[in-house]
Amino acid sequence: MAFLSDEKIKILQKKANDIRQSIIEMLVEAKSGHTAGALGMADIFTLFYFHILKHNPKDPFWEKRDKLILSNGHICPVLYATMAHAGYFPMDELKTLRKFGTRLQGHPHREYLPFLETSSGPLGSGLSQAIGMALADKIDEKDKDRFIYCFMSDGELDEGNSWEAIMFAGKRKLHNLITIVDRNNIQIDGNTEKIIPLEPLADKWRAFNWHVIEVSGHDFKSLNEAVEKAQEMLEKPTVIIAHTIPGKGVKEFERDYKWHGIAPNKEQGELALKELQNA
Amino acid sequence: MLNPNLKLNPSIFNEGVEKETTRKGFGLGLLQAGEADKNVVALCADLTESTQMNLFAEKFPKRFIEAGVAEQNLVTIGSGMAAAGKIPFCGSYAIFNPGRNWEQIRTTIAYNDRPVKIIGSHAGITVGADGGSHQALEDIALMRVIPNIEVFSPCDVIEAKKITLEIAKTNKPAYLRLARDKTPIITTEETPFEINKAEIFWMPDVGLAQVGIITTGEMVYNALLAAKELETEGIKTKVMNLATIKPIDKNAIITLAKECKAIVTVEDHQIAGGMGSAVAEVLAQNYPVPIEFIGVQDKFGQSGTPQELIEHYGLGMKDIKKAVKKVLKRKTS
Repeated sequence: MAFLSDEKIKILQKKANDIRQSIIEMLVEAKSGHTAGALGMADIFTLFYFHILKHNPKDPFWEKRDKLILSNGHICPVLYATMAHAGYFPMDELKTLRKFGTRLQGHPHREYLPFLETSSGPLGSGLSQAIGMALADKIDEKDKDRFIYCFMSDGELDEGNSWEAIMFAGKRKLHNLITIVDRNNIQIDGNTEKIIPLEPLADKWRAFNWHVIEVSGHDFKSLNEAVEKAQEMLEKPTVIIAHTIPGKGVKEFERDYKWHGIAPNKEQGELALKELQNA
Repeated sequence: MLNPNLKLNPSIFNEGVEKETTRKGFGLGLLQAGEADKNVVALCADLTESTQMNLFAEKFPKRFIEAGVAEQNLVTIGSGMAAAGKIPFCGSYAIFNPGRNWEQIRTTIAYNDRPVKIIGSHAGITVGADGGSHQALEDIALMRVIPNIEVFSPCDVIEAKKITLEIAKTNKPAYLRLARDKTPIITTEETPFEINKAEIFWMPDVGLAQVGIITTGEMVYNALLAAKELETEGIKTKVMNLATIKPIDKNAIITLAKECKAIVTVEDHQIAGGMGSAVAEVLAQNYPVPIEFIGVQDKFGQSGTPQELIEHYGLGMKDIKKAVKKVLKRKTS
């Protein structure tokens, strides 16, 4: 993995801010969608698509690419915006989010956007799919050539399927699988610890034989180091529990679970864009 | 008479007709498919011997994945492996697979259009002694309602093997329904088999049939017994084996309805949403004729021998004969 210089970090910070602005514009235009998680994960998506991932936007089906599976499909505005900024499709297309005939479905669907690694939306099944890909690479002895990354939410750890997957990956010692949990502490009905407490979350993953790293989801340097450590681990799968601020970048949206599943209106959007532009 | 063109088992009506399970046919087919294509992998949820996946697991230990009692994980791992170019066969009891993991099958396999093969063994009331909790009577309905998935229900061990080999070659998601019990071997290795094509197993010696019996899975044998007895009573029938429930062979069904103008469907499944419903959807739109449905009538099963349960829930030979006579009356009245 390439060294992450302070200069590159500045470029990434600027890029993440641009992506946040795209997210706001898309959501205002779509009049519905998920704001908090999308903004909260913008730094992580930026770091991956512009620094970590081995990929080629001009050749999305490149056989040797790293694979990134988004499990919590509802935060797709950040996926689409980052992919557009990375050159997978024209920026103009972002305006079509959630509209009839769009490739940018309300939740990702690879029938419409074939270079997605999977379709997602219903929670709790992304990690199992990532496991399937990691297992296949092991069988084919491709596990040294690339990593399988799974981005998932903390809320979807309520799902039993998630824990089936976590238990299984621990057993199979899938070191080529790296999971990022967006630990933003919110879900639709409220704070995660009020709905179904997840803590002690790191201990739970450890107990299931995972290598666990906790890190801020907005600190590019620490995040990058965490991914490096995960890549070096050969005995276990790694989970990076990334503490993020839902709605990050727009004060009015930050840390408020009510912004989980709604989009800003035109006025709120304009204020948010102004705040991001002045950041 | 048995359709002479299909080279069916000539001793099918003998007392000592050879019996075997459809799951055995699947196990043998999976092994052969694994030998033919290294991308074939098998995943099982703690029922390796019950599903007969042990044959594959012993030969290809690296390509066999034990998922434990976790059916949701079973099929979603399958989806991921299919995304990476594998042809996964995911096996468990039908009550759990697709009973418990339906949404994962819908979203990660069918919606993604990944060629994962769902193997539901121990389907139907004929599971017997294990009781109602383990008798999947809803699986055909659950699977055929999902776009992209093909649904198969073999009548015997040989057909089960042929279907397994065929679905290993297709690029589509598939559901294969298997029974627990040993059932009479109806077909032979020489019986022509074409995926998606319904076949007439029984036909009148001369002239047109008065009633068409459409059946699937282990009920095909009962339907043949009923047809043979009805013949001695002067009622001419045709028996159609519908091994592929989806995509359904519309032309064959419409042709049969045009000849007979009365249909009886027979399956070991709830009447609601099952194979008979699929047949009714075709006929109601294309060539409406009276239909009688043999199947479980909105009830759960219970413990008992397969034969006791078949009789209790009205799926037996006598019930088929009664339904044929009833539909014959409806047709002429």
